[in-house]
Amino acid sequence: MNSAVELKSVEKRFGKTEIIRGVSLDVKSGERHAVIGPNGAGKSTLFNLISGRFMPSGGSIHLRGENITGLRPFEINRRGLSRSFQVTNIFPRLTVWENVRCAVLWSKGYKYSFWRNIDKLEDVRARTKEILELINMTDRAEIPAGVLSYAEQRALEIGITIAGGANIILLDEPTAGMSRSETEQAVALIRKVSEGRTLIIIEHDMGVVFDLADRISVLVYGQIIATDEPAKIKANQKVQEAYLGAAGHD
Amino acid sequence: MSSTIKSYGVWIAAALLLLLLPYVFPAGASLTTMCLMGIMIIFALSYNMLLGQTGMLSFGHAVYYGLAAFVTAHTMNWAAKSGYPIPLPLIPVAGAATGLFFGIVFGWVSTKRGGTAFAMISLGLAELVYSSSLILRSFFGGEEGISADRTKLLRIFGYNFGPQLQVYYLIAFWTLLCVILMYAITRTPLGRMCNAVRENPERVEFVGYNPQFVRFIAFSLAGLFAGVAGSLAAINIELAQASFVGAGQSGAVLLAAYIGGVAFFVGPVLGAVLVTLLSIRLSDFSEIWLLYFGILFITVILFAPYGLSGLLMMHAQFWRGPLGSKIARLGKLFGAYIVALIPALIMIAGAILLIEMIHHVAQKGAEGANMHFLRRNYLTVNTHTVLPWVGGAVAMIGGFFAFRFTWPTVANAWHNALIDAQRSGK
Repeated sequence: MNSAVELKSVEKRFGKTEIIRGVSLDVKSGERHAVIGPNGAGKSTLFNLISGRFMPSGGSIHLRGENITGLRPFEINRRGLSRSFQVTNIFPRLTVWENVRCAVLWSKGYKYSFWRNIDKLEDVRARTKEILELINMTDRAEIPAGVLSYAEQRALEIGITIAGGANIILLDEPTAGMSRSETEQAVALIRKVSEGRTLIIIEHDMGVVFDLADRISVLVYGQIIATDEPAKIKANQKVQEAYLGAAGHD
Repeated sequence: MSSTIKSYGVWIAAALLLLLLPYVFPAGASLTTMCLMGIMIIFALSYNMLLGQTGMLSFGHAVYYGLAAFVTAHTMNWAAKSGYPIPLPLIPVAGAATGLFFGIVFGWVSTKRGGTAFAMISLGLAELVYSSSLILRSFFGGEEGISADRTKLLRIFGYNFGPQLQVYYLIAFWTLLCVILMYAITRTPLGRMCNAVRENPERVEFVGYNPQFVRFIAFSLAGLFAGVAGSLAAINIELAQASFVGAGQSGAVLLAAYIGGVAFFVGPVLGAVLVTLLSIRLSDFSEIWLLYFGILFITVILFAPYGLSGLLMMHAQFWRGPLGSKIARLGKLFGAYIVALIPALIMIAGAILLIEMIHHVAQKGAEGANMHFLRRNYLTVNTHTVLPWVGGAVAMIGGFFAFRFTWPTVANAWHNALIDAQRSGK
């Protein structure tokens, strides 16, 4: 299988503090790949590096074989990689409809157009409607995103992430802070939207991870100590010592 | 279809209004005021493309207005001298091009950053241009500025644009055109991404857009429309002066946009009308009118952060149900407003009396004890007697407490109107 995202000896330092210490990872096209690890292991930093929010201090990152190291986030997004955020990151005073529409526009090729009436762009309207149906928020379309409930904002966050039709989707703790039933809905949504795409997901809920992932990478103190199928990760001695042993009782 | 009629209907109504205004207010002074209002409307709306739409606080928007005014004055002189067949109504195109050009040049530098950094850069560029205006005398004309004669250009249909009425229609045409264009831009992909950049520039980067480039285009277009405004200003008074690019002009447009309210498209229009009116008329009543202007600005920021348009829009929620109940509901509410307004006016009058007396005693003691309050001869006050001081203080303090006393009435009326509106459904 082709690789969707490949990291080669990626490092990230903030001053003298090393957060990512030589990570190499090969995420295959079409797989659902989970990244787990204890708090402070550097999972979110890893996402920030892949999506272009941070520049790596060393190593290189490749998207379907193309070196994207040092590209800006919007350049990476235009190449088909989209991400969500751990802390909800939406457009609070815009309506739900406008939030999703903003994320659709570039993929439909309208760029910085200031001569087309946005309400008459049928393809944009259709895609926005489709995304709202997918995240089950059609009846919330006209509400400012800032007043939605937490779970709704998380769903909108996913909607914005997938609206541009990216082939590679990075989700950063999409179910954090959700109740059990909300988590189940979110997992069903993630399963649906990642169909036929590559998914990389950071998740603390082991139930979700083992349910969803084809492969799992375990990140501990800035290094990947194992990448394997869920069953083998569960049985891995090193993983149990470093991670599951401490947090596996919940 | 009905929505199409509705959206065009607004513009047709606006066009009719602009057409008929000179018949309602035919006096020369009114025409002058309306011309200045039109210019300020374009200028304030162009400013709001930055502040309200894209979230960029500029302290130097007059740069594009002023430079366009100078190029306009030079263009008029050149056209008159060379005899090229350029009619006056097309001259604002030169202003637009100038605004766009400098918007692109300075925008390239200043839109790299948002927030505070952008505000500081805009201030620096404004200072740079203003100080150049005092140095480059051949272009800026030094203290006198550059004057031009608008009647010397090619005549069309026999109009020479000497009379103010003809200039009014020229300005009205450009005002309507610019307002329509600026409104249309808010409803395009770029316009919506401007809002997204205002809300959350970081997230914009992760949906494929470069927020810096969004800011850059918005800035360039704002420069273009500011250029039209500056050009009309030069045509209107047949003069371009260094003050056109100065901090005062940049401050005025900020005030107009803010007082009108930056959150709604119509806000800066209201602000421009009010600020123009006040800046012309207030000086008839007081020498220190700028002080009151400042107080108004602070009051709006503190108590009505969404400006006049925000206050108006707050009442939109009461416009529900059958017409009779709408009117009754708003009638009750406005009744409560009037109850609160009376002590508020007494408070304001007392405060103004005190301020004017302090100003008179401190600045014009040599003119004697008598002061003409609000510059009216029939309101002569002897500042050397105790009574007006005590009266002013009593009115201010008493008015304040009476206003506080009426406030629950307003709050109650508001509450009742809200409940009533909710009951009557959608």
